[in-house]
Amino acid sequence: MVSRREFLQATSAAAAISVAAGLGPLGRAAAQQRLSQADILRFEPTGTVTILHVTDIHAQLMPLHFREPSINLGVGAAKGQPPHLVDAEFRAHFKVAAGSADAFALTSDDFVSLAKTYGKMGGMDRVATLVKAVRAERGDDKVLLLDGGDTWQGSWSSLQSKAQDMVDVMSALKTDAMVGHWEFTLGADRVKEIADSASFAFLAQNIRDTEWNEPVFAPRKVFEKGGVKVAVIGQALPRTAIANPRWMFPAWEFGIREEEIQKQVDEARAEGAAVVVLLSHDGFDVDRKLATRVKGLDVILTAHTHDAMPGLVRVGETVLVGSGSHGKFVSRLDIATSGGKVSDIRFKLMPVFSDAIAPDAEMAALIAKVRAPYAADLSREIGRTESLLYRRGNFNGSFDDLICDAMLSQRDAEIALSPGFRWGGTLLPGDAITWEAITNATAITYPNCYRNEMTGAQLKEILEDVADNIFHPDPYFQGGGDMVRIGGMGYAIDIGKPMGSRISGLTHLKSGQPIEAAKKYVVAGWASVNEGTQGPPIWDVVRNHVAATKTVTIKPNDAVKVTGA
Amino acid sequence: MPLRSNGLTRRSTITAGAMAAFASLLGARMAFADEKAVMAEIRKLYGDKALAEGRIRLDIPEIAENGLVVPVNIEVESPMTEADHVKAVHIFADGNPQPGIVSYSFTPACGKASAATRMRLAQTQNIVCVAEMSNGSLHMAKANVKVTIGGCGG
Repeated sequence: MVSRREFLQATSAAAAISVAAGLGPLGRAAAQQRLSQADILRFEPTGTVTILHVTDIHAQLMPLHFREPSINLGVGAAKGQPPHLVDAEFRAHFKVAAGSADAFALTSDDFVSLAKTYGKMGGMDRVATLVKAVRAERGDDKVLLLDGGDTWQGSWSSLQSKAQDMVDVMSALKTDAMVGHWEFTLGADRVKEIADSASFAFLAQNIRDTEWNEPVFAPRKVFEKGGVKVAVIGQALPRTAIANPRWMFPAWEFGIREEEIQKQVDEARAEGAAVVVLLSHDGFDVDRKLATRVKGLDVILTAHTHDAMPGLVRVGETVLVGSGSHGKFVSRLDIATSGGKVSDIRFKLMPVFSDAIAPDAEMAALIAKVRAPYAADLSREIGRTESLLYRRGNFNGSFDDLICDAMLSQRDAEIALSPGFRWGGTLLPGDAITWEAITNATAITYPNCYRNEMTGAQLKEILEDVADNIFHPDPYFQGGGDMVRIGGMGYAIDIGKPMGSRISGLTHLKSGQPIEAAKKYVVAGWASVNEGTQGPPIWDVVRNHVAATKTVTIKPNDAVKVTGA
Repeated sequence: MPLRSNGLTRRSTITAGAMAAFASLLGARMAFADEKAVMAEIRKLYGDKALAEGRIRLDIPEIAENGLVVPVNIEVESPMTEADHVKAVHIFADGNPQPGIVSYSFTPACGKASAATRMRLAQTQNIVCVAEMSNGSLHMAKANVKVTIGGCGG
């Protein structure tokens, strides 16, 4: 396991140079001298099987900035455990040097200055370079490329093309298998159409039709790699029908179905699989619990909660991998077997630094082609930001503050509710706010921005319900995502309390008055899971607000008081 | 799906109503059963007989995907012979207007004591399953099902 350490040594030397040289072009150039494609790819191989894992790309074809969370609280058994570590604690746990390339990729503090040093991350043409290089090194017959899902949603081009752009790119990448979550918000018919015709397998052991309880997708597929049988079991987000509009796939039901996973494992072993992998979209904490209850899984490739970790988490005989999101990372696992069982696993989280990795020409051409119909719209500048605009964090994000401000002003509302999505790019101070940037944070198939009246009691009930979805001490009751973002209202939350008593101190920020339980307030929001929601699409609301504001400034948000962490 | 045709359901009423983003769980206040009401129903059937744990597999989602049709599967361990079999299984809910959900009768000819149905759940609540054995002994299992307003998934 020397590979990651070698990378760290190389990049921390680079960081020292860049810090000594100061920030700006000189520092960046100096950093790149040492931060090479070869450093990122360097790996001490083992065995005859290599698994590459990408996940939660959220349709990001181009390099971008994505700031990791500064608040990511764990509850119950997960409290203080990875991935619920941020900044200095994260760096201490994973032995990442402050100011290093890994620190920029994996933590949030000092993001703006490090972004200038290390540049954007991701880009599917860079991902293609890494994937091809590993295939060339190991041989096609040894490499399995697995996609953890949330691949087809999150950009204007994927929304407009009904994910055809991503399907074309992931096919060209020679993906072997994928699983889904946001994919299902394209509607059952479109997902089936793609799954039935794509060059990769679409796996999901836990989706059944509601009438007969029969599997909708293949539950698993066995691949022969390097003379070893590798079984891949698909696990879609168990809470898709709750987290997203069920009316878009009304004949499907989900759930964790751990007994059924156990059956899949046992059947795969009986068929001679030496390696059994769960390609999961459960979310990290759900998978950590699942690993204690399902026996015989060698690897769980986690997704959904967007955790990037430069080390494996071991639970019994199972290792858990967190490969991050937005194309920022490609995970590589080399697996050796003996006597039909796993004997060694080596792992590296390869960071996709777009300035250090040469784009793959074929993939770059394909990306340009699939984006061409929308290119003029995407590059259109609507305004600029003076503030860092980001999404991640348990309670708020400055990009969400912008969306809430837009709803308050454009929909003439007292209170705005914006969902706690974990996807969407980050903009640096001074960046243009383009149509692409707005739609990267809003592109969904149920975008209508409603305007309604809600009582104070209803608002509290919503906050309690969402909080329980994140902070229930049993991960099987968690659905992923972060707290709903609020504009115009503050509150206090004690995350250690049970459902119904976490939320208090609801305050109408403009007047400074307490929110009254029986009083009605005008509320705007978007991403309702209910069919037939009325209102303009949220991207138009945000565009109109940004166009009117011209230069956006977001004040630090202290409207949520957190205790019990 | 026996419980789907409930006419104008609570959920569809709310969906059509004012709260477009998040449906209120309880809508208009109405009377709901509670744990005591469930125990009273069990006493009506079996008096104060002891309720033992074990033997019942109560398979039910932790979180309901659709509160109108929540699947429940039960299976009771038993050789199902004349001498030793499951006579009856009852399912109760402690947060619906009425505690009774369904009762099944079994004979040795059934071969095994298992059943599946779907039920409507008004809110987060406990599901209680009681099995009556041929020797008169009782077993009980309990599971909590969360009914949530949904949305906001990452």
